[in-house]
Amino acid sequence: MYDFSKMTGAIHDWLSSIMPDLGVIITEWVIIGLIFLAFFALLGLVLVYAERRIAGFFQFRLGPNRVGPFGMFQTVADTVKLLLKELVGTDRADKFLYNLAPFFLIIAALMAMAAIPYGLGLTAYNVNIGLFFMMAISSIGVIGILLAGWASNNKYSMIGALRSGAVIISYELSLGLSSVLAMILLAGTLNMNEIVMSQQAGWWLFRGHIPAIIAFIVFIITGTAETNRVPFDLTEAESELGAGFHAEYSGIKFAFFFLAEFVNMFIISAIAVTVFLGGWLPIHIPYWEGFNNIMDYIPGPIWFMIKTSGVIFLLMWFRWTFPRLRIDQILTLEWKYLLPISLINLILMAFIVMMGWVF
Amino acid sequence: MNAVINYFSEIIGGFKTLLQGMGITGKHFFRAHKEIITQQYPDNRDTLTFEDRYRAQVYMEHDENNEHRCDACQTCEIACPNGSIEIIFDRVVDPETGKKKKVLDKHIYHLGMCTLCNLCVLACPTEAIKMSHEFETAVYDRSELTKALNKPGSKLKES
Repeated sequence: MYDFSKMTGAIHDWLSSIMPDLGVIITEWVIIGLIFLAFFALLGLVLVYAERRIAGFFQFRLGPNRVGPFGMFQTVADTVKLLLKELVGTDRADKFLYNLAPFFLIIAALMAMAAIPYGLGLTAYNVNIGLFFMMAISSIGVIGILLAGWASNNKYSMIGALRSGAVIISYELSLGLSSVLAMILLAGTLNMNEIVMSQQAGWWLFRGHIPAIIAFIVFIITGTAETNRVPFDLTEAESELGAGFHAEYSGIKFAFFFLAEFVNMFIISAIAVTVFLGGWLPIHIPYWEGFNNIMDYIPGPIWFMIKTSGVIFLLMWFRWTFPRLRIDQILTLEWKYLLPISLINLILMAFIVMMGWVF
Repeated sequence: MNAVINYFSEIIGGFKTLLQGMGITGKHFFRAHKEIITQQYPDNRDTLTFEDRYRAQVYMEHDENNEHRCDACQTCEIACPNGSIEIIFDRVVDPETGKKKKVLDKHIYHLGMCTLCNLCVLACPTEAIKMSHEFETAVYDRSELTKALNKPGSKLKES
């Protein structure tokens, strides 16, 4: 398997040979920042296109199919439109917070992306508390939502934002405390790369058997709630709140919210892939040596993207199947069902790890 | 104990119904390439197909002898909530019975006021008027929206 740290190391050595240490650090920061911004924008374009196209197929429609081959440039055209649109704000809005809110979401999403392992040696911020860092950063986004709702000076935005706060506070518990913690017990580390490497003998989803599968289901449900997607999208609930917290935003500020939603979906899928589905490791089937050798030649980032898009497709499938829940139903689901189940699951997992009943 | 059983059976039942729903939409997704119902309108203008219940502007049926079935009873005019139908008729003495009888002169239809609600068609006792599939109704002048539904020189079909 190709180690990307050789490539990045060579770039680092070349840079250190032509400029002083401080210059090297700043140049590397700029390069990494630009790469991530480009990846971020590209991801947004691709995911919005995929979402609309897949939604079309679920409903026997076509989806966007006019601009470019198969309508691939539709989202590019939409982005240009959003960039050119007038920014209409509310009168008597809290202007500073109103303009600040979109950046909270965007920056939280961008920072969380830095800790994802895309391949061997391809992590921008390889820190020993990687998973904890991602959990912490990805829930900062809700501050942006709350700020947007509060600063808009609009009662519907406010209701939407507070609902989002309630959902995030409750679902963060099952997500972090129970389902991810159970997997950390298995892996024995918080470092994202080491979690991936610990799955070389097999994905944790299969090796951890029953408790791992329960943790995965809980993770997918809570992850959907964290990203405010259907069926937990009562933050924006079109039928009752207009567009919820981003009702008063237009043009590129609205595009930021929209983009952040899709990138958050990618981040949740990336965590799911890293923790449960073996990250960038190729698919191996026991006793099929030839097959496994061929799979090894496909580079890690491609495996990572394939697995992530599988999980993203699952989330989109949820979106076009399930009806939206009411706020009391959402909180009932969390406090009466998911939290007790995942706490018991955590104890079960600890017991299994202690007895060494892992494959 | 009962409550515990209920709790878990609720969870299992919930998952079963969720998976059922996902099964249905999943089937839709994988059959979608065959069953797309979107009509790409300006491209397939010649082969456009309509559902039977599709309602566009009202028209009056004429047979090959240029005869229609409207006996100018004005039921449609009364039934129309917007007043978009006006019937202009003559009173002609029937030579056989000697009684005066309405004969349709012009069935005026204001498309600009019509909401395509179908009430006139339901009210018509002789099924003279129907909803057509003619939906391309854009014109350059408002006066073109007022039309006579009976063709010039047409007369009542003898039944």
